Amino acid sequence: MSLRGRRNLFALGVLGFSVLFLWGLNGLPAFGHYEGVYGITLNRVAVTQRHATNLVAAVTFDYRGFDTLGEEFILFAAVVGVAILLRAQRDEAATPDEEDEETKDESRDAPHTSDAVRVLGLALIGPTVLFGLYIVAHGHLTPGGGFQGGVVLATAALLVYLTGEYVALRRVSPESVTELAESVGAGGYAAIGFIGLLTGQAFLTNVLPLGMTGQLNSSGTILLINLAVGVGVAGGFSLILAEFLEQTLLVREREHG
Amino acid sequence: MSFLPFAVAAWLFAVGLYGIVTSRHLIHLVVCLSVVQSSTYVLLLAIGYRTGASAPIFVEIPPGAPAVDPVVQALTLTDVVVAATVSALLLAMAVQVHKKAGTFDPDELDTLQG
Repeated sequence: MSLRGRRNLFALGVLGFSVLFLWGLNGLPAFGHYEGVYGITLNRVAVTQRHATNLVAAVTFDYRGFDTLGEEFILFAAVVGVAILLRAQRDEAATPDEEDEETKDESRDAPHTSDAVRVLGLALIGPTVLFGLYIVAHGHLTPGGGFQGGVVLATAALLVYLTGEYVALRRVSPESVTELAESVGAGGYAAIGFIGLLTGQAFLTNVLPLGMTGQLNSSGTILLINLAVGVGVAGGFSLILAEFLEQTLLVREREHG
Repeated sequence: MSFLPFAVAAWLFAVGLYGIVTSRHLIHLVVCLSVVQSSTYVLLLAIGYRTGASAPIFVEIPPGAPAVDPVVQALTLTDVVVAATVSALLLAMAVQVHKKAGTFDPDELDTLQG
């Protein structure tokens, strides 16, 4: 279809969309006057029911836990998809005389980075890991959780790449470990769900002791699922990053030699 | 100005979609898709907002105090994560397309290749 045709189709679509959107807005309460029963009820009862102070985490990992399980598997499937897509090409590129990885590593260095980036990055790796772990572990108490903390943890892997070279990244987060973390995270979530079944209740029921509200060791399965998701997301995103970095090296190699 | 957040959501959706429709570069297309996706975050958060209410973190406020809706925030969280991974998947596809076809222009990809 020509660009002009597509523009016309777009104009038609936007027209239809705006009509439907305005119609939909008509039925919504005005901004700032939310009246949803579900949210208001949760705000009233969730802290007493689940002993978690971050209600977003309580909703994500408990009240809507099954939904998030599906989402965790979307993440898993997407990561596997990225790995499969990018790896097929990698094998094609590998010729037999490249088997000796250690001697090839010289040419696989990242482009020269400035000392300022190296020093700053190196200084940030430790705090980033600590911060990521803190965000994961306190998901049920304060803003944060497994998804956010997991991404912060994966940033640490990216910092390793920035300050050192790709080889260092491979050593810090080898593929076998990130793949394992990704699988353990997704599988662990499902396994925690089965605890509920074992006690004769529904899948993903929060059956563990809830502890004291506000303590680190509280809110039952919400904490456990947070940890599982944190491990899974950190592994998944590190894997995605590693696959893309591997690609840039492949492309660079092909262009220069 | 109470309709402003909804207008922003609609604008983000439309402008991102326009980018997708007229895109001449696959990477640009993926970025436009994430603009479209961000319109859903704005819409969800705008729906759950309550004037004068605090965040649904009951550390220093008593249970039952007015707070914004945690459900739409949880949905947004889910949305962000899915958007990030979908972007990664699409970018990986773009890399492969460029290797196979030698171009990032969707208009030059009009024939199916086995």
